[in-house]
Amino acid sequence: MTPSADALRASLRGRRFEAIVIGGSAGAVDALVALLPALPAGFALPVFCILHLPGGRESRLAELFDERLPMPVREAADKEEIVPGTVYFAGPGYHLSVERDRTFSLSCEPPVHFARPAIDVLMESGADAYGPALAGILLTGANHDGAEGMARIRARGGFTVVQDPLDAQVPTMPASAIHRCQPNLILPLARIHALLPMLEMNEP
Amino acid sequence: MKKTTHNPPSDVDIELRMLIEAVYLKYNYDFRDYTGASQKRRVLAALRAMECDTISALQARVMHDPAAFTQLLQFLTIPVTEMFRDPDYYLAIRRLVVPFLKTYPSLNVWVAGCSTGEEVVSLAILLHEEGLLERTQMYATDINPDSLEAARRGVLPLDKMRVYTENYQKAGGTRAFSDYYTAAYGGALFDRALVDNVTFADHSLATDSVFAETHFISCRNVMIYFNRRLQNRVLGLFHESLCHRGFLGLGSKESIDFSTYAQRFEPLARRERIFRKVAP
Repeated sequence: MTPSADALRASLRGRRFEAIVIGGSAGAVDALVALLPALPAGFALPVFCILHLPGGRESRLAELFDERLPMPVREAADKEEIVPGTVYFAGPGYHLSVERDRTFSLSCEPPVHFARPAIDVLMESGADAYGPALAGILLTGANHDGAEGMARIRARGGFTVVQDPLDAQVPTMPASAIHRCQPNLILPLARIHALLPMLEMNEP
Repeated sequence: MKKTTHNPPSDVDIELRMLIEAVYLKYNYDFRDYTGASQKRRVLAALRAMECDTISALQARVMHDPAAFTQLLQFLTIPVTEMFRDPDYYLAIRRLVVPFLKTYPSLNVWVAGCSTGEEVVSLAILLHEEGLLERTQMYATDINPDSLEAARRGVLPLDKMRVYTENYQKAGGTRAFSDYYTAAYGGALFDRALVDNVTFADHSLATDSVFAETHFISCRNVMIYFNRRLQNRVLGLFHESLCHRGFLGLGSKESIDFSTYAQRFEPLARRERIFRKVAP
């Protein structure tokens, strides 16, 4: 049973978000291509996207989505202030964190779950910075990165959504997060697509 | 105007700040202007490794046991580095900086935050191949005595040599990389002549001042761990240390755009993050 739009709205009652973080690995570029166009022009929140990428190489994801989305899309830069209504991508080769003063920071500490950037690193720091005002979405992937990060988001009162493993191109990542953190919602990609624009609404 | 949701610091954040303050007061290591998220991650890793339940417990140990502080220091600093990391950087130095360096009768080069020395040896090899090493005095500085000791020894893990060889070739290396080291006991022992003119020294970018006039400063992936205030301090030090029209190399994702020194350096190779001091 996939929840209706009303049911999705009900699950968001009483919440007000200031940022969204979306993570994924194998299959996640396709998932984002399907998902991100759900963001309407003038969307009010910043969105942080992090995918596992081959290290060292330049990533063109930000460029790719900048052409397709109505809002600015760019690679997150060190010490950059987070601007609402912007989609940010974590670049290759460095971990990306969110600081409590709502800026980004990069670091080149060792990979986590063989990944740098690691989803856990971004999600954990985001959870510390935004607390209950962060929504975390974890998509398809072939490794366990993201499970700890989603757990931290939940522990700090944030909202967690995991792609239904049955719907995911590779189920390992979402399954691992579901096992670790009991997310608020488990949804197929099409329903996450419906949910995404609702996240900017101010629910009483 | 939307009000920001109240998100008070957690106990861990409060304890972390107290630990960093205690380390400064007791040992005079200043980590107060390091960025929070990565510092927190590393202290939590130290907590697990040193088997403390809380950061407060760790603080108590570090306060009364200098050996515990030395152990913690390995986590507070970030000894992650590799030889010829980002080969394009070295290639740009070779092509764009070396021609200027060749015009000086003697050279001072500063590798700031040299960690375990991979970058020092990389630059030494480059300078050697360009015929500049003999007239170069290199300063390799770091705050971690264990890293400096490792850098002095000049022994690097042998299993990394395959990757380093590839990097070296992409970086414009002109010889066989294996000419520079001897494999022994699982380590790669680099030719001592490469570091004959290197002074390894304890120097803190957060608290110490300029010690020499330099022609080229390489400081890569060090300032990303600093907040803007400390980044400004460091860029001030570099500006003061560099000679007229001196060169500054940073990490591939580091920027001076947000700094008060943005106008006082000009990009020489924007993508490779090589800057040049603007004439006053």
